[in-house]
Amino acid sequence: MTVADLLSILPQTVLEGLLLGFVYAMVALGYTMVYGVLGLINFAHSEVFMIGAVIGLEVFRFWGNPDAPVISNPFLLLFVALVFAAVGSGTMAVLVERFAYRPLRKRGSKNILVPMITAIGVSFLLQDLTRIYAALRHNEFNMQYRTFDALNTTLMLPLQTTIQVKGIIIILVSVLMLIGLTYLVNRTKLGKAIRAVSQDMQTAALMGINPDVIISRTFLIGGSLGGVAGVLFGLLYTNVTPYSGVLPGLKAFTSAVLGGIGNIPGAMVGGLVLGQLETLSGTYLPFLTNGNFGTEYKDVFAFLTLVLLLLFRPQGLFGQNVSEKV
Amino acid sequence: MSALHRFALPLSIGLTALSAIGVLLSLLGQPVASGGLLNALLILGVASVMGLRLPTGWRSGLLAVLALALTVLLRTNTDDKVAFYLLLAVLIASFLLPNLTRLVRVALGAAILLIAVPIAGLSNSFLFELGIQIGIFAALALGLNVVVGQAGLLDLGFAAFFAIGAYTWGIFGSPQAAQFIGGFPAQGLSGNYLFLFMALAIITAAITGVLIGLPALRLRGDYLAIVTLGLGEVVRVFANNLDKPVNITNGPQGITPVNRPDVGILADFLRAIGAERIYGRPIDDAIAYSFFFYLLVLVVIGIVILVNVRLANSRFGRAWVAIREDEIAAKAMGIPLLPTKLIAFATGAAFSGIMGAVFAAKQTFVSPESFTLQASINILAFVILGGMGSIGGAVVGAAAVTVLNLGILKDFSDLLNTWRQTGVNILGYNMANLPPQLNPAKYERLVFGLILILMMIFRPEGLIPEQRHRAEMQEARQEAQEGGSK
Repeated sequence: MTVADLLSILPQTVLEGLLLGFVYAMVALGYTMVYGVLGLINFAHSEVFMIGAVIGLEVFRFWGNPDAPVISNPFLLLFVALVFAAVGSGTMAVLVERFAYRPLRKRGSKNILVPMITAIGVSFLLQDLTRIYAALRHNEFNMQYRTFDALNTTLMLPLQTTIQVKGIIIILVSVLMLIGLTYLVNRTKLGKAIRAVSQDMQTAALMGINPDVIISRTFLIGGSLGGVAGVLFGLLYTNVTPYSGVLPGLKAFTSAVLGGIGNIPGAMVGGLVLGQLETLSGTYLPFLTNGNFGTEYKDVFAFLTLVLLLLFRPQGLFGQNVSEKV
Repeated sequence: MSALHRFALPLSIGLTALSAIGVLLSLLGQPVASGGLLNALLILGVASVMGLRLPTGWRSGLLAVLALALTVLLRTNTDDKVAFYLLLAVLIASFLLPNLTRLVRVALGAAILLIAVPIAGLSNSFLFELGIQIGIFAALALGLNVVVGQAGLLDLGFAAFFAIGAYTWGIFGSPQAAQFIGGFPAQGLSGNYLFLFMALAIITAAITGVLIGLPALRLRGDYLAIVTLGLGEVVRVFANNLDKPVNITNGPQGITPVNRPDVGILADFLRAIGAERIYGRPIDDAIAYSFFFYLLVLVVIGIVILVNVRLANSRFGRAWVAIREDEIAAKAMGIPLLPTKLIAFATGAAFSGIMGAVFAAKQTFVSPESFTLQASINILAFVILGGMGSIGGAVVGAAAVTVLNLGILKDFSDLLNTWRQTGVNILGYNMANLPPQLNPAKYERLVFGLILILMMIFRPEGLIPEQRHRAEMQEARQEAQEGGSK
């Protein structure tokens, strides 16, 4: 491969990285917002994301059944799937907060490991509940998304780049969601309350904000974003299992740390950066190392970048350097 | 409760005597009670001796009687797993109950570990398997307990060190090494080198611990968690893909067969003491290896616990606790942070490295599948379940989860299957209609997840809390009460 060849596949690679990056960014927001208000790595968020993907799949199967379609327009169907996934995943996140995390908060334990272990427990529980559901309903837990020609049509772009219609939808939906979230957090009363609680829960409570309500809303927002991202992810990779949330969740969390955990714009940028890192290293590593180290090392590359970045900027790209009070 | 305590002694003596008589009768071929009733009696007996307030002498005596009764029962009724779990409970009780003399602890522990369990294992080799698994997981839990429990450093990639230990022996004790080292014996080193490589695995794992720790330990809390998680994945990805350009790990297929030490002497020993009569067949390789690995795991666990106890009370152990409680205060007191944390990392890594080598030989197979993020999280769950920072807790946590996964859930599945086939009615529901997908053995995560959630809500300090930690939790609870409903 010559340098010209390598350069010619660059735009396509960057575009694919962008799609992945937007999905990561939306999931990363769920991690970073919960971390902002509770200081907790919500491991169960990857399962909230996966449940969104499963809900989308079921909507496609129920109302998009090719023999008797209730909704024959694939775009409308996708819209319905996104709405259902957002509501379902959001509700799931709120329930998790209500029944697993709130009892811990009420007891006032100072150990940060306790809620994190709970989160891991919730994550296991949701994985296997989904597995039972899939086993009973589909008799297997490897579920396939229904595909539609209208969504898979390939469009030509300049610079020898191609994109599928669903790719455009993914970018559109995520940009809209991210703009919406930025508006919500920065311009609305709820957003102000979320920022207040994440800055100082006790003082916020003194100012007449009910932290429990705000925390619950934060889970709702983060969960809905995760659910939407789940449908988009399912659309992109067409395959969902009860465990398919784990790896994207891990990457999304890495994105959140990369951008500075607790920081909302940071999570978006972190997701986009990680998406690029992953696809670029996946495409170019085999060429640069003569095929000795292939695409399978893209995760290693992503994690090592994270380690390097954290060594020089321990607070992430956008995080604030908070010196610890004694 | 007070009434229960007043009658504690007669109650537990009565229950123990009844179970002993039950066992004796079934031994004489006169089973007055069905197996289920006898088990229920034994459960009550063990529970009363463990849970009620008893004088030291009586408690030691009753524990010994129960251990003896359980051993006899396991010998006559080889499929009675409940009896085996109860034997484990008696073992744990004899180590952890507060008011026993050291002599009683050592005598009871040695009798159960060296006589009762081997007799049970020879009668039913699955019990050896269970014991070996518990031992392996307990070593991992003890290793992580040093890092998370004692030093308070959250490590989410701990399985990496286990992998390093396993591959250290897996590569050189198998035909694998000849693939990339010219002139290496084609079948790999003979199994007897395992003992040397267990020592080497300690070193390689500890070095890996330092290498991972050097960058990671400059970070704190959650950042440390994600970086260790990432680096743990890095180790697994390398194990999964280093079959090219040079074939070092044989990639996802894994390495097999890994050589095992020669157990001829042990088999001869078993024949000499007449173990054939218990085994029911001539002593073969399978049972000799089961017994060998049981003993090996026992020795390794013994060493690990000894080192761990000594370290916990040493200058390092106290420095770890100081760092866990307050890093800045510890630094102000003159504790060098990075070296102290690195020693914790290397110690934990060494514990799991040595067990990794044993694991490779025991399975005769090493593959990256055994060292996923899931494995790391499972190990963490053992530690949390048992009680962070508590040495007894780590062992109990590992034992509880292993018994649950390998024993109880599988038995429950079998029970459901029999019900399904015979079409038993339960609460008006015909079990024959139960969908076959609902097989509890497949849903261990569900049970495991529920246990973790409930434990954190109702008993966050773990099954066997560390003394210091217990005090803290009580303090927090009091504060929460005094603060009213915030």
